[in-house]
Amino acid sequence: MKNMPRRKITVAVTALNAIDSPGPGMAVIRALRASPEFETRIIGLSYESLEPGIYMKDMVDKTYQIPYPSAGSDVLFARLKHIHSREQIDVIIPNFDSELLNFIKIWEKLKQIGISSFLPTLKQLESRDKVNLYHFCQKQKFNTPKDKIIYKISEINKAVEEIGIPFVVKGKFYEASVLNSVEQAQKEFLRLSSKWGAPVIIQEFVNGIEINISAVGDGKGGLLSVVPMRKLYITDKGKAWAGITLGAEDFLDLAKKFARATKWKGGFELELIRSQKNARLYILEVNPRFPAWVYLTVAAGQNQPLSLVKLALNIKTVPYRKYEVGKIFIRYSWDLITDVETFQKISAYGEY
Amino acid sequence: MTKTARTTQPLKRDAMKLKKDIAVSETGFIFNPATGDSFSSNSVGLEIISLLKTGKTQKEIIKTITAKYNIKSLEFEKDYDDFISQLNGFNLAEKLRK
Repeated sequence: MKNMPRRKITVAVTALNAIDSPGPGMAVIRALRASPEFETRIIGLSYESLEPGIYMKDMVDKTYQIPYPSAGSDVLFARLKHIHSREQIDVIIPNFDSELLNFIKIWEKLKQIGISSFLPTLKQLESRDKVNLYHFCQKQKFNTPKDKIIYKISEINKAVEEIGIPFVVKGKFYEASVLNSVEQAQKEFLRLSSKWGAPVIIQEFVNGIEINISAVGDGKGGLLSVVPMRKLYITDKGKAWAGITLGAEDFLDLAKKFARATKWKGGFELELIRSQKNARLYILEVNPRFPAWVYLTVAAGQNQPLSLVKLALNIKTVPYRKYEVGKIFIRYSWDLITDVETFQKISAYGEY
Repeated sequence: MTKTARTTQPLKRDAMKLKKDIAVSETGFIFNPATGDSFSSNSVGLEIISLLKTGKTQKEIIKTITAKYNIKSLEFEKDYDDFISQLNGFNLAEKLRK
């Protein structure tokens, strides 16, 4: 029997920063490359000239630089329209929290020119935003630590008094630190607000085991895939450098409940903690995109980025039912070698 | 002074069993899929775990081990209690429901 020819698709992916605090882009690309269902051409979308994915030619066929999120959605659309005229993109997968709003704003315009996506709605994005998370969880009866939203440094004293010590200080998009004093919180507020903007969140510290769940919502309240992971090694930036897939019904139940409550559309990650005190699962954060460790889901038997592409292309997809427990990922660093002639192509011309 | 007669009753231990999802390899590697924790046991610990998995009672386990190894029953009971306590502490065991 002859092999059926694979459908050729072109997928544009952001977050090619495979660095010590990596974005999900390279893991998403690796997942798409791992699938025999499509013959995939990958277009990388970069912000910086030293994002390693640009130079990984076995993974990324061509890269184009795109404007920073602060430039706005109109500028982004214009750039993507130009790239699309050259590359005929079928699906676009944005992977950074800070760029998602712009992509959500223009998804219909992108669809009109032929670029499909499967992104959360603006309402879904806002509902799980760190600023709204506590109220969202209270409403949906999820456990979550108490928090205070801080816009001014003068608010910190009272917040720390109410939350208690130790506490966690979190940036608007990224970063979190466990701290023990008002002075530390003030210093961290200034650093985070100057880097990511206000507000900054002060959250109750819950001691326990950190568990993360990567999943794909079908937009109708169901899940196509769900894989929980426990970090085995955590870097000084709090990132998982190694992790193992877990098997416990309450993780899966929580993810299903979240999808039902939100009718989540697309990839998402639940950052949880199982409290040492009462063994309950607390939601610390909900990330509106795939995590950097998403390739582990492929290794465990559920190719989540592939599911997302199929949803974007309106291809009928059956939810995954099983995955392998005890599958481990161990991240490593590797020196990629390139040269200045290559570097100057992306930095001078914005494409390589 | 009245002497009070003391009767020493043996401590009643709850029957224990290994939690059903715990994976144990032949080499003594123990993995809890609910938490991702892993442990390693020596060969005697592995034997006890295997006996617990087959539903053997504490009495039967003590009888089996003391028959096989050169150890007094009382001495082994202390080690057994300590081992069960560790299994409980690591969330690997639970009480057997009657």
